[in-house]
Amino acid sequence: MANKKKQQSNAQSWQAIGKVLKFISRYRLLLFFSILLAGVSVLLQLYVPIVFGNAIDQIVGPGRVDFGKITGYLGQIAVLIALSAAASWVMGLINNKLIYQTIQDIRQRAIRQIQVLPLSYLDSHSSGDIVSRIIADTDQLSDGLLLGFSQLFTGGVTIFATLVFMFSKSVLITLLVILLTPLSFVVAHFIAGHSYQMFRLQSQTRGVQTALIEEMVGGVKVVKAFGYEGRASKRFAKINEQLQEYSQKATFFSSLTNPATRFINSLIYALVALAGALAIISGRLTVGGLSALLNYANQYMKPFNDISSVVTELQNAAACASRVFELIEQEPEIDAVSLTGKEEKPGLTLGAGTVRLDHVDFSYTPDKPLIRDFYLTAKKGMRIALVGPTGCGKTTTINLLMRFYDAQDGDILIDDQSIYSVNRSSLREKFGMVLQDTWLEEGTVRDNIAFGKEDATDEEIIEAAKEAHSWDFIKRLSQGLDTELLADSLSAGQKQLLCITRVMLVKPPMLILDEATSSIDTRTEMLIQKAFDKLMEGRTSFVVAHRLSTIVNSDLILVMKDGQIIERGQHEDLLAKKGFYYKLYNSQFAKLA
Amino acid sequence: MRYVFKYLSDYRKESILAPLFKLLEALFDLFVPIVVARIIDQGIKTHNQPYIFGQVGLLFLLAFLGIAASITAQWFAAKASVGMATKLRQATFDKVESLSFAKIDQLSPSSLITRLTSDINQVQTGCNMALRLLLRSPFIVFGSMIAAFLINVKAALIFLVAVPLLALVAFGIMLVSIPLYRKVQKSLDEITRLTSENLTGVRVIRAFRKEKSEVAKFDAKLTAMTTLNEFVGRLSVALNPITYVMINLAMIALIWFGGQEVNQGQMAQGQVVALYNYLAQMIVELIKLASLIITINRAWACGDRVGQVLATENDLTYPESGAKPQDKSIKVENVSFTYPGAGGPSISQISFSVKPGETVGIIGGTGSGKTSLISLLTRFYDVTSGNLLLGGRKVQDYSKEDLLAQFALVPQKAQLFKGTIRDNLKYASSQASDADLWEALKVAQAADFVSSKKGGLDFELEQEGRNLSGGQKQRLTIARALVKKAGILLLDDSDSALDLATSAKLRQSLAKLDPKPTTILVSQRASSVMQADQILVLDDGKLAGRGTHAELLKNNPVYQEIYYSQFPKEKEGE
Repeated sequence: MANKKKQQSNAQSWQAIGKVLKFISRYRLLLFFSILLAGVSVLLQLYVPIVFGNAIDQIVGPGRVDFGKITGYLGQIAVLIALSAAASWVMGLINNKLIYQTIQDIRQRAIRQIQVLPLSYLDSHSSGDIVSRIIADTDQLSDGLLLGFSQLFTGGVTIFATLVFMFSKSVLITLLVILLTPLSFVVAHFIAGHSYQMFRLQSQTRGVQTALIEEMVGGVKVVKAFGYEGRASKRFAKINEQLQEYSQKATFFSSLTNPATRFINSLIYALVALAGALAIISGRLTVGGLSALLNYANQYMKPFNDISSVVTELQNAAACASRVFELIEQEPEIDAVSLTGKEEKPGLTLGAGTVRLDHVDFSYTPDKPLIRDFYLTAKKGMRIALVGPTGCGKTTTINLLMRFYDAQDGDILIDDQSIYSVNRSSLREKFGMVLQDTWLEEGTVRDNIAFGKEDATDEEIIEAAKEAHSWDFIKRLSQGLDTELLADSLSAGQKQLLCITRVMLVKPPMLILDEATSSIDTRTEMLIQKAFDKLMEGRTSFVVAHRLSTIVNSDLILVMKDGQIIERGQHEDLLAKKGFYYKLYNSQFAKLA
Repeated sequence: MRYVFKYLSDYRKESILAPLFKLLEALFDLFVPIVVARIIDQGIKTHNQPYIFGQVGLLFLLAFLGIAASITAQWFAAKASVGMATKLRQATFDKVESLSFAKIDQLSPSSLITRLTSDINQVQTGCNMALRLLLRSPFIVFGSMIAAFLINVKAALIFLVAVPLLALVAFGIMLVSIPLYRKVQKSLDEITRLTSENLTGVRVIRAFRKEKSEVAKFDAKLTAMTTLNEFVGRLSVALNPITYVMINLAMIALIWFGGQEVNQGQMAQGQVVALYNYLAQMIVELIKLASLIITINRAWACGDRVGQVLATENDLTYPESGAKPQDKSIKVENVSFTYPGAGGPSISQISFSVKPGETVGIIGGTGSGKTSLISLLTRFYDVTSGNLLLGGRKVQDYSKEDLLAQFALVPQKAQLFKGTIRDNLKYASSQASDADLWEALKVAQAADFVSSKKGGLDFELEQEGRNLSGGQKQRLTIARALVKKAGILLLDDSDSALDLATSAKLRQSLAKLDPKPTTILVSQRASSVMQADQILVLDDGKLAGRGTHAELLKNNPVYQEIYYSQFPKEKEGE
């Protein structure tokens, strides 16, 4: 069972590698040359010690040095190293190009993919996960895969060539080396096994410690207000001491790998020296030959170690590749916004601004129907309010209007044109939207306000800011409109004011406000409400609100529960009905005894 | 960085012994080529097999001594570096917990967390590597050079030229590329941020139809990064071939001079081989040294970041033993406050006083200065000007313990910690009995839900109290403050997640507390402050009004606006 699973994941990783190769197929000539040059440079590099050995053999003793031959050999070496250096340099350049171009290609593809993926995909995947696919996985993939291939290849060539060269010098000694090699693997494996356990404990303890640090630094206000510093320090010390123990052991054990393999290597070296010396005495080897063999014995282990780490790296890279491709091969949404500027479907032509939802059905998951048989006609200039408890489908209705999600049944028509028959871009152009989630981009206040109208003048921006009542706080920021917005420099209420300003500037034909003032105090909210009232005049608008005070003046209030409209009408009528709305309203404004 | 050395000095013995044993190992390594030379020149030449066996035995001995020395060195290095990091971490943690909020804001909590975790880990790794290798590599390089001189002075001159040249090239390229790599890292951060923005802002981007311009922005940054990457890459790609050529040129020169020396009888063939081996050994070490320097360089930067925290001077100091409070009163005299680095004041010229046992409501909109005022009362920040008196004395005159003992705070953010409910409630008073805790829970309207939890007081909260609802968290933070039984109770918008009925019950039971603490009640809701003895209306950091509910409703326009925005019916009705 487990074996089968493993096989399956192996098959998947090969598939992923295949996809990468296909993806970079336009660089296949470069890849070919890279591998070819890697082979050439390795062979040359391995051959050089042999020629050095030959040269040393010409230095026998006083008066017995053949300078003619030495010159010949040294000349050979000079040519060989020049060729080898050139080959490895060009290979490096090619790899460099190959890696960074591949990374760029993948990321460009990915950022475009993000723009056209259905929101259902993006909503169901954490953004941190997608970011790590585009950043970390892509880096790993190109580094690991491309270098992995080239190392695997050169490693193989090195081992093969080394063996051939060594056999050519002495069969016996070569066999000796081959027999002893596994010893080093065994030792390395043994150490890795032991240090792995300690590393696991170390990272577990680090996790516990980081959690404590996050709490104690993030909640430092409480820690200080309650004089908890001393106890916090003691708790920290306890974990810290435990970490010290594990960390010390992990560090120590893992640092044994190098000395241990070096030790094995030294043993092999000594045995080669012994066998070589005896072979020279019996005339089966020259001193130069021994020098070359010692040299090889010294570097013989390296490709083996390399290859075993390359295999892990390749597996890792393949895993990354499958994650990256899972993202960029995802089917884009239908009628996705064109990034080239050529839309397939015609644009929406706005007339009066009548919005009609015609028996719409929708659900996020097939087995849990949410919106059923939703119908509504919003005439030009009407203000529609959507109210109801959390999860009743208010925001979902907004998602459908903006075509973030598509209805499964029924139709949505704007001025008698189905929104599914026009392109998404022209639909969204007609709506101005303020969401509860106050997203701002990193940049200046000006950049953020002018998000929907890049060519806006400062006068227009300030005008919009005044209307949205954000100017008061903007002008008090250290650099006014030029203040850079960093992660947490504004309060939730201030961020919301900026989002409102952003829409005020654009003055869109229709408006969607989804809990647009939820983080703003009630007094400012009232002021903004007035500005919205002015903006919404003559414009069809949809307002989702939690605080009912903001929607009492709407032309039509839809009370939603479990995806259905259970009451509809104006404020006074709904109150008079003494139904669900009446209860909702009174729970917010109940007079206190 | 001096802090790293300060804590390392507690492990003086280990940090001296580790490199020493490493040097010992290197010394044994250095003997190897000499032994091989003797095998060739004496053993082989005279066909002396016992001699050869003896020398090979010596090689084995050197290998054993080498690994023994090396293991000892690794042990001491691990002990010293991990020990140093442990002490450094503890000191930094204690320092962070002692810093004023102004300083914590300035350093930023997330950056402090990074410094306490990954930065210190980097310092540990760097220190460990440095102890093990920083002396070893140069020692082998110079040792090889000396050995070369001992074998043959003329041939050794080649070393004298080759080594500095090689070092110059290797370090030159590194020095140029390190700052460039830092630039690459920075642009990668930028790309990461843009990607993340595109995901979190997907609805806004699509709503504003900014897909194309977002892609264009991303492409521009990405291409710039690729260009930079390829440029840096080209530099490091050159390193290998250049060093390879230089080394082999040195070897060619060596063989050539060696040949001449041997020809003149000044040197033996085995010695040429030995020199050749020394050169090979040096190269390996030089390459190791280069990568070691990168690691140390990085650790050094991290060490500096940690050192910056430790070197931060606390700008809030408390007298060792100061005044004692006379009563539970509060007096605020003409207080103004500007956050460090802010453009304008958050509080300007506010004055008011509160009698012992009185309840004061503070109301005002977002950013009106309510929370800032609380932070001044608790001396989380010092006033920019004016005086603030608790219990008849300036807050600055109290020792830290005496100041903290006077008030109990319920902060705006309902911050709880991993651990049982009991642990969380006993934050201020570790001595409190279960009966005390239940009493506080009852007042905070939390007794019902706590007793319904599995284990009651022993119920385990997750980090940040994630396994509770917002209202439950808020009530626990109120109970936590009540357990402290302090003279002054500060509630900073702490009923925002409670429904109106619960919030009313809470205020009723707070009013019945005996002895009754002086209470400051901050809220955005008029209903929460209505019954207070006096209400302060804050607007834009200024005191816009002060009085009872009835007075303010009659003649304070700001209060009227707030009130009627929450109770629209009455305006029409009356």
